[in-house]
Amino acid sequence: MIDTLLAGIIHGNTYALVAIGLSLIFGVSNVVNFAQGSVFAAGTMSGWWLIAEQHWPLWAAIAGVCAFTAVLGLAVNLLAVQPLAKVPPIAALLATYAVSVVLDNLSQVVFGPDTRRFPQALDTLNFHVGGFRFGTLDVVMFAVSVGCILLLGGFLKFTKYGQAIRATAQDSDAALQMGVPVGRVRNLSFMLASALGGLAGVLVGMYNSNISPSSGTAAGLTAFTAATLGGLGSLPGAVLGGLALGIVEAFGISYWGAGVDNLIIFGVLLLVLWLRPGGLLGKVPLISAEPLTGTFLGGGRPIRLRWWQALALIGVAAGVVPWVADDYQLTTGTQVLIFAILALSLTLVSGSAAQISLGQAGPMAVGAYTSALLVGEHGWPFLAGLFAAGLAAAVVGTVLMSPTWRLSGHYVSIATLGIGAVTVAAILNLDWLTHGPLGITAIPPPSLFGHQIITPTETYLLDLTVLLVALGLVVRLQKSFLGTVWSAVGADETALGASGLRPADYKALAYAVGAFVAGLAGSLLAHQYSYLDPTMFSPELSMLALTIIVLGGMNSPFGAVLGAVVLVGAPEVLRMAQDARLLTYGVLLLLLIRFRPQGLWARRA
Amino acid sequence: MTAERSPASASASASAPAPVLEVAGLARSFGAVRAVNGVSFQVRQGEVVSVIGPNGSGKTTTLNLLGGLLTPDSGEIRLHGRRIERLPAERRAELGIARTFQNGRVFASLPVADNVYVGQYAKLKRTRPFPRLRHLPVLRWLPLLAELLLALVQPPTVRREQSEAAARTETQLARFGTRLLPRADHRAHTLSYANRRRTEIARALALEPTLLLLDEPTAGMNQTETAEVLDQLLDLKAEGQTIVLVEHKIDLVMTVSDRVIVMDEGQAIAAGTPAEVRDDERVVEAYLGRRRAQREEASR
Repeated sequence: MIDTLLAGIIHGNTYALVAIGLSLIFGVSNVVNFAQGSVFAAGTMSGWWLIAEQHWPLWAAIAGVCAFTAVLGLAVNLLAVQPLAKVPPIAALLATYAVSVVLDNLSQVVFGPDTRRFPQALDTLNFHVGGFRFGTLDVVMFAVSVGCILLLGGFLKFTKYGQAIRATAQDSDAALQMGVPVGRVRNLSFMLASALGGLAGVLVGMYNSNISPSSGTAAGLTAFTAATLGGLGSLPGAVLGGLALGIVEAFGISYWGAGVDNLIIFGVLLLVLWLRPGGLLGKVPLISAEPLTGTFLGGGRPIRLRWWQALALIGVAAGVVPWVADDYQLTTGTQVLIFAILALSLTLVSGSAAQISLGQAGPMAVGAYTSALLVGEHGWPFLAGLFAAGLAAAVVGTVLMSPTWRLSGHYVSIATLGIGAVTVAAILNLDWLTHGPLGITAIPPPSLFGHQIITPTETYLLDLTVLLVALGLVVRLQKSFLGTVWSAVGADETALGASGLRPADYKALAYAVGAFVAGLAGSLLAHQYSYLDPTMFSPELSMLALTIIVLGGMNSPFGAVLGAVVLVGAPEVLRMAQDARLLTYGVLLLLLIRFRPQGLWARRA
Repeated sequence: MTAERSPASASASASAPAPVLEVAGLARSFGAVRAVNGVSFQVRQGEVVSVIGPNGSGKTTTLNLLGGLLTPDSGEIRLHGRRIERLPAERRAELGIARTFQNGRVFASLPVADNVYVGQYAKLKRTRPFPRLRHLPVLRWLPLLAELLLALVQPPTVRREQSEAAARTETQLARFGTRLLPRADHRAHTLSYANRRRTEIARALALEPTLLLLDEPTAGMNQTETAEVLDQLLDLKAEGQTIVLVEHKIDLVMTVSDRVIVMDEGQAIAAGTPAEVRDDERVVEAYLGRRRAQREEASR
């Protein structure tokens, strides 16, 4: 009992350190910094390198890590966030997301992807007090994190720069008018936040003793939950949220086992967004000032395909490609088609309605599992399974998202992220249904009217047909009156409400259609791979879907296809390694947001 | 729940038209600031009532409370006798309140015509079936899915309604002469500031509201443009449109209003016809006094 509580508090302290950084940056720059988790992981890895390889003493290594991650934070601000200060915040959100992918995969390239031991710098079990065993490490971790939190608090409260940070967080325009150097304040905040993140990285590295460069995503999402639980933008809230989350998680694990930690963390995230989106200590702004995407990504005008151009493209895809391509190329083609469908699932919800979904892998996973179970284990015909996959994805996504549509902007994106993660965590834990981490094997290939679709050519043609149906659906809806209303939601929710339409309804409807399409993609994936496991639906998959439509043009259904050809087809043909591929995606996304936000298949408005 | 009592209409004479809007004891605070502090007034059918007052006196907050962007801490708002102060903005719009915003909120990425089209979308019957179910949790998915299906199938009845809506859009745009019609296909963010305000007014009117709330429709406009807006307001008034207007330009207010409410520090310090208000000492002190003093100084 007390052991669990202590473990919870110590974990919670490190969550708090990372969460404080997130909240600090959200306060001064109005950006959810997705790179914070990667900075944390960079702290762990550089700490390992300094202690294990360079044999620095602990205190020097910690100082070195903090200096390094502070510089890293400065670079994140200067390269990704600052240049986008004048455009709607969604751009910076996507940019930090891209930076996190770049940092994680850069770290994998530099250090290698394998897990390694963090050298034991401090004793772990050398104290006995009243029947409890703990170590110098626990004491140091607790003292260092509490010390840093107090130090930061004092800095913010009593120093001139601290005052400047608080002023900027309250109203950056007013602060600027009063002579506060807002640019420098933001740099400083990023450096402080990142140094704390790096420090947390070293501490957690020592605590867990097994580390790998890919630990950033999980740490970032956890910190994110902690910051949201405490109230985004509130520093005491971040501490409180971190501690609360650590304790809840520790007790959850002690009751239900280690597998539930993600379910708890993302369950808490969704619950907070459902019940109290402002968190324990923060509050959601009363009147939303500006729409999140505004004229930034929506500003591109998709290039119209004429009917004969579209017909010619379909002719080439259906009539020429299958006969000239070899089996390997056709298999690559099916990948492209599936990802095109997945990306297409974002066109209406993220393009038209401007609700950026960071967790599209969630509905795709629901679709994949539904179809695999119904067709594989219950003998449903494939077409019924395909349709049920779309339906199940739409229903599950709609139910999970429904309480969050009254929110807008960042909060919706955070919720979609939570749904992506919670879906995978649920699949992992629903052993009786999904076989948990083992996954489902021997999923039958698609069969139509008694004919099994096995050859690459047939599979390609099936996927192409589904893509064309999905394209037809999306294009027809986008051109209809509903498409106009969705664009209006994306442009200004408040104005839509004033016109008598409930913004939450139309956002939910766009998301439901998107989830349906993502479910179709999941079903195709399941029957083609013939096996499924939860790791296939990682945050990277959601990230890829988003990168595809940012590349192709968020408003353009054809852009989704084009983006998939470039981002899925080209790396396959070039036979790029996985980490190099993700690194490329990250860099590309970063460059696109900065220099061609409207995407390839669109003109600037 | 208290039973809905009949509106306190004892003060209104028998010959006067029924009140469209009744506001009683309206209050709203932001932290320690009492932005609106016990405001009461009525607006009758066909009246143009202006709310004036110095910056920060609570005019826009009042309008936001009427439109549903904010909910009051206390007080009542009745539209045609029906309590609406707890309803969200979209329900109030359905009931007939349309508005424009202080800084102008158009759908920037949409063409002008689509902006106005969206303004009347809530009124479409064939396109949006089962309107009553829309207010019920979970069941609201029935009308939504029906709407989705109709968007996919687009049966003739829906297409006919769409072309009628397009015609009405054109009528609203024509209200502003050649200002908007030639730009119907332009995206709203490419428009001049004044044209954006016009688009917003056209969008609000497309709802065919029983009550129109205008928040500084001439802000940022030059004299010619202001005069043009004045003409349009007088046209609307002649059509019998009930309007609540928040405005700083006193000449315009005095010309178009039937009655004027003067606000200061969250309270209505005076109300009456333009002439009455102009001569009210408190008003002169709180608001007009400074201007008069300036004018006298300038004329010296």
